[in-house]
Amino acid sequence: MNIHEYQAKEVFRRFGVPVPEGYLAHSPTEAEFAMRRISGDVAVVKAQVHAGGRGKGGGVKLVKTYEECREQTEKMIGMTLVTPQTGAEGKLVRKVYIEAGCDIAHEYYLALLLDRESAKIVVMASTEGGMDIEEVAENTPEKIVKAYVDPSDGLQGYQVRKLQFGLGLKDKKTKKGFQKLLGSLINMFIKLDYSLLEINPLVLTGAGDWLALDGKMNFDDNALYRHKEIAAMRDYQEEDAREVEASKFGLSYIGLDGNIGCMVNGAGLAMATMDIIKKGGGEPANFLDVGGGATEAAVTNAFRILLSDKQVKAIFVNIFGGIMQCDIIANGIVGASKQLGIEVPVVVRLEGTNVEKGKEIIANSGLKLIPATNMEDGARKVVEAAGLT
Amino acid sequence: MSILVNKNTRVITQGITGKSGGFHTKLCQEYAKTFVGGVTPGKGGQTELGLPVYDTVSDAKKQTEANASMIFVPPPFAADAILEAIDAGIELIVCITEGIPVMDMTKVYKKLKLSNSRLIGPNCPGIITPGECKIGIMPGYIHKPGKIGIISKSGTLTYEAVHQTTAAGLGQSTCVGIGGDPIIGTKYIELLDMFEKDDQTEGMIVIGEIGGDAEIKAAEHIKKHITKPVAAFIAGQTAPAGKRMGHAGAIVSGGKGTAAEKMAALEEAGVAVAVSPADIGKAIASKLS
Repeated sequence: MNIHEYQAKEVFRRFGVPVPEGYLAHSPTEAEFAMRRISGDVAVVKAQVHAGGRGKGGGVKLVKTYEECREQTEKMIGMTLVTPQTGAEGKLVRKVYIEAGCDIAHEYYLALLLDRESAKIVVMASTEGGMDIEEVAENTPEKIVKAYVDPSDGLQGYQVRKLQFGLGLKDKKTKKGFQKLLGSLINMFIKLDYSLLEINPLVLTGAGDWLALDGKMNFDDNALYRHKEIAAMRDYQEEDAREVEASKFGLSYIGLDGNIGCMVNGAGLAMATMDIIKKGGGEPANFLDVGGGATEAAVTNAFRILLSDKQVKAIFVNIFGGIMQCDIIANGIVGASKQLGIEVPVVVRLEGTNVEKGKEIIANSGLKLIPATNMEDGARKVVEAAGLT
Repeated sequence: MSILVNKNTRVITQGITGKSGGFHTKLCQEYAKTFVGGVTPGKGGQTELGLPVYDTVSDAKKQTEANASMIFVPPPFAADAILEAIDAGIELIVCITEGIPVMDMTKVYKKLKLSNSRLIGPNCPGIITPGECKIGIMPGYIHKPGKIGIISKSGTLTYEAVHQTTAAGLGQSTCVGIGGDPIIGTKYIELLDMFEKDDQTEGMIVIGEIGGDAEIKAAEHIKKHITKPVAAFIAGQTAPAGKRMGHAGAIVSGGKGTAAEKMAALEEAGVAVAVSPADIGKAIASKLS
């Protein structure tokens, strides 16, 4: 799960990570009041959307007067912000964050993420703050310093030193501040079950203080049950409506641009089904994993979501039952057909646990479903049924 | 021979009195009678599916001499269940549970490294040596004793590969679902080495997906250390970047972990890479002939 910058900064404050003063605003008037509360005469108006690269799309503006602050907010709220990370369709800006400007001496990059290989938290730091870190990694990998922190040991002195040396920090106050900052970040990363915590840029001010100017936070969905306050920060408006709808039924759905709907059990098989449809000359309309514990009601809802995509010309149900039993899927298909009156052709391939029961239910249903003997056969038939061959 | 499990393996189920735990223990037991008991805290002394239930894993091990465990404990308590099994000295721990917080798994991983236990999964279909022992949720009837070792991140996609190798008359020595989570107990490389040493195994199938670089590391290892024929399939060739495809670990981020990159690395290592998931069986058959 992702959260907004303004929410990330709330979390930073709670854990003692220094951030500039700032307030959320939903209108030009609120923005002006926010700027009046801020000490200092420069503010930054920042669009609040779940995407990086906002500055490049005009979503971050420096303002020097209240009038300018109102104007920029007026322009930003309601605009569709297109950044390198949003795709061409962009993201609608609904709110802005008004933040105090600061005196920047240097911009750094700092990120914490979970390393799969070592099962440790990897801290990545670079002197090239404010840049696209993937470009830095590609062109000048030597400018990225890393330290691997074991979550059960916590941050060690030598790890702090490695990062301090790597960043060329010399001043005593600066080094001390950096150590404190790292301690807070590791602490919050472990306590709140992050999968990614990125500060870009991390600023060193003229006075030698550290400030997190931005905050990108990504949490482990599997751990949200134990962080109700974080889960409450989820902004459904930032997410695809169909994906949100699907998740309510325990389905994992991702919308794509094609015209063949897919309903599959298991993430790997779901991806492979998309691959084989594409190979057969079709375009998958979605990724949909009904999971292992799906009920008949979940299957019906899966169909409802698939059919809400008007581009869908045919549906391929590809089930290899293990934990999922074929008869449950079959009953779900029959139930959905009766309830929803499915008009597009549906190709069904069933294999695995309780396959005979499942096939019997389909055969006795009186529905015009197209049976497939294996996934290649199914992919061919669904592309044909969609009128693409 | 086979790897990790055979007809002499003695298995307990942690979470045997739960709905899924009970259902699948029953199916495993019907497939091959290798289960000797179960564990559910607070239900010690009861009998479930004709098997004795114990309060703790160490009790169960003492009484049944179990050397393997199948875990069906809900996600918030699953890491604790794995740690309990490690502590009790269970040699092979197979965790089926999906949705364990990654931070919990970092603890498990560390403890695992300091023990003699091996963990398969979590978030995996389990392990099977056809005709001898099934620990997991895979449908037993598609398997056939034979000569192909299968290692896979995906559950249902493994069944495809099994089905195809059975249809091709090759059969399987052992099939291992390693799981689709970011942190897993056993990786491709360790299993490739076991299959390389196993007499019964004549060829191997590696099934991967987008995200991470485990398949790239496997490719490098195959190139240097594996002499037996290997075929592979990577799911997610058409997956969009930045989207998590069901599994917690299946995401292309920062242009890394793409199917194309992994397929190229495997091909470079001399692996027969199937472009279509329908051709996995054919790919290994062509390598063997």
